[in-house]
Amino acid sequence: MLKYIVKRIVLMIPVVTVMTLIVFSIFYFAPGDPVSRIAGPNVTPEVYESIRRKYGLDQPFIIQYLRFMKSVIEGDLGVSILQERPVIEMIKERLPVTLEIGLLGFLITFLIAIPAGVIAAVKKNTMVDYLCMSGTLLGTAIPTFWLGMLLMYFFAYKLRWFPISGYGTIRHLILPSFAIGLTNAAITARMVRSSMLEVLKQDYVRTARSKGLLEKVVIYRHALKNALIPVITLMGLRLGWIIGGSVALEIIFSIPGIGRLMVDSILARDYPVVQGSMIVLTSSIILANILADILYAIVDPRIRYS
Amino acid sequence: MNEQILRINDLAVHFYMDTRIVPAVDGVSFSVSRGETLGLVGESGCGKSVTALSIMRLLPSPPARIVRGEIWFKGENLLDKTNEEMRKIRGNDISMIFQEPMTSLNPVFTVGYQISEVIMQHQNVSKKEALERAIEMLRMVKIPLPEKRIKQYPHQLSGGMRQRVMIAMALACNPELLIADEPTTALDVTIEAQILELINELKERFGSSVIMITHDLGVVAEIADKVAVMYSGRILEQADVHSIFNNPKHPYTQGLLETIPDIDLPRGQRLKEIKGVVPLPDEIKVGCRFKSRCEYVRAECMVDEPPLMQVGSSLVRCWNYA
Ligand SMILES: Nc1ncnc2c1ncn2[C@@H]1O[C@H](COP(=O)(O)OP(=O)(O)OP(=O)(O)O)[C@@H](O)[C@H]1O
Ligand code: SF4
Ligand SMILES: [Mg+2]
Repeated sequence: MLKYIVKRIVLMIPVVTVMTLIVFSIFYFAPGDPVSRIAGPNVTPEVYESIRRKYGLDQPFIIQYLRFMKSVIEGDLGVSILQERPVIEMIKERLPVTLEIGLLGFLITFLIAIPAGVIAAVKKNTMVDYLCMSGTLLGTAIPTFWLGMLLMYFFAYKLRWFPISGYGTIRHLILPSFAIGLTNAAITARMVRSSMLEVLKQDYVRTARSKGLLEKVVIYRHALKNALIPVITLMGLRLGWIIGGSVALEIIFSIPGIGRLMVDSILARDYPVVQGSMIVLTSSIILANILADILYAIVDPRIRYS
Repeated sequence: MNEQILRINDLAVHFYMDTRIVPAVDGVSFSVSRGETLGLVGESGCGKSVTALSIMRLLPSPPARIVRGEIWFKGENLLDKTNEEMRKIRGNDISMIFQEPMTSLNPVFTVGYQISEVIMQHQNVSKKEALERAIEMLRMVKIPLPEKRIKQYPHQLSGGMRQRVMIAMALACNPELLIADEPTTALDVTIEAQILELINELKERFGSSVIMITHDLGVVAEIADKVAVMYSGRILEQADVHSIFNNPKHPYTQGLLETIPDIDLPRGQRLKEIKGVVPLPDEIKVGCRFKSRCEYVRAECMVDEPPLMQVGSSLVRCWNYA
């Protein structure tokens, strides 16, 4: 198992390298001159040249990239043009906020999707199944940001159960987390249902019944554990989507997360911050995928031992 | 001693498919006494597994439904039992070994867990005791290094090993009736012999009754006390094992006996086949079900189906003995 984890992490290195190369290239080849971005438009040629040299912008692409990588590895993501603070510090403030919403959203996803999917599969072609499945169809059709706005309208504006926007208490997190959780639960529940239906046909489920096990043990232990294997993979792949959705929600609910930081910085043309947040966001997606792979190996012994 | 532990009366199971009704089992009766082994024989699709699953009440329904009959086990009709009562019988009083050793064990649980689970379900023992019993069972089915094996997963075992694990699991609670549904079909010949020997040995040891389902009369010869020959959802002949082999009465039984592999011939040439194919269960049935393949077919065979008739010590369903 340990060997497997180490292997997965080693395999992460080339992926991260390519990712940073892409992020770096975007800014390297982006239209607009980085020196004038830093120094402003009215600058003497001498100052211009010294800035160019100071930031190493006179070096060839590959050297610039390697330098960039070196500082990234050292944990230095540059300095914000706007706030003149290290980018890494700004990200450290914002990342936990995004993680809170994301993890809470994930928890809601599972708490809804697994029971709904299992019940729909067990009660296939009954009213309960149709109800679950039409509910989830609706869920997959609504974009996260729109659901966020609907929740805000009803539960914050009309009913006043939750604050409309902002950040600070757990109550601020509920609506955005539900917006993520509900849309994600919809697709997950459908996946759990179809995976369960497949598993319930398997011989080992019949074996479990032939042993006289309680029906809930047959369903929730023998069948579900197998049915979750493909679901875990799907969840890993959907992480990017969840993070994308949470960027929109951070804007709607004015939550100071990393998504909002990135959008604000794009608008303010604060490129080091944009670059830094992109690297952190994509790295966390890669990391999440690895976690999903490891979880997958924990659930499915056939992976672990091959 | 000759107490009947299982008695099936006129069992009929239909599959309700989209466009038609398939009578997979159509009026089957037989009994099994304590300590006795019944061989249930017949070609593929004749309804052997469906009969077995009816006893376990594990038929997939829908589409299957038991439309007629009684299944008496120790004086009680299993078809009258509630699901919960039936659950307590399964794995404890009646167990089953399935046809497919490769897929019948759950891939995500260890062998030890899967065996100890059934013990914990039916007996009031701790997890630790159950695991010790599981090791003991593995030793009994002659799996080497059982302490190590209990920690392994099914994919780490060969087909023969998995079937041994299935047997260990089925016998863990010392059932009074073991239903073995073609336990060796998927295995090669040497492993088959070992598994049959094992079942025989364990049967003696525990005094369990066994229903051995197979399409191979060679298997029956090794293990059964009495034999029921099934064809297209019906029993065509039923007799003790000696009568079946020395004095087969039904043309179908005679045909099956000729298909027993002759060990002296090389593999592949050993099997003779009965000409023709098994009629599908949903074909319209008029007259004897075997008529299209029978060498002795006569006029009445085309119109009326023969009843099961007592001929000597055998029961036979053939107009030739009327
Ligand atoms: N799940 C099912 N759905 C529809 N029909 C079925 C199903 N299972 C069995 N049947 C029908 O019942 C008939 C008998 O099937 P059964 O599995 O009992 O055969 P068998 O004697 O066990 O054959 P084999 O030696 O191949 O295992 C089949 O021919 C088929 O038409
Ligand atoms: S009843 Fe007729 S067709 Fe059927 S087995 Fe006997 S002789 Fe053959
Ligand atoms: Mg079968």
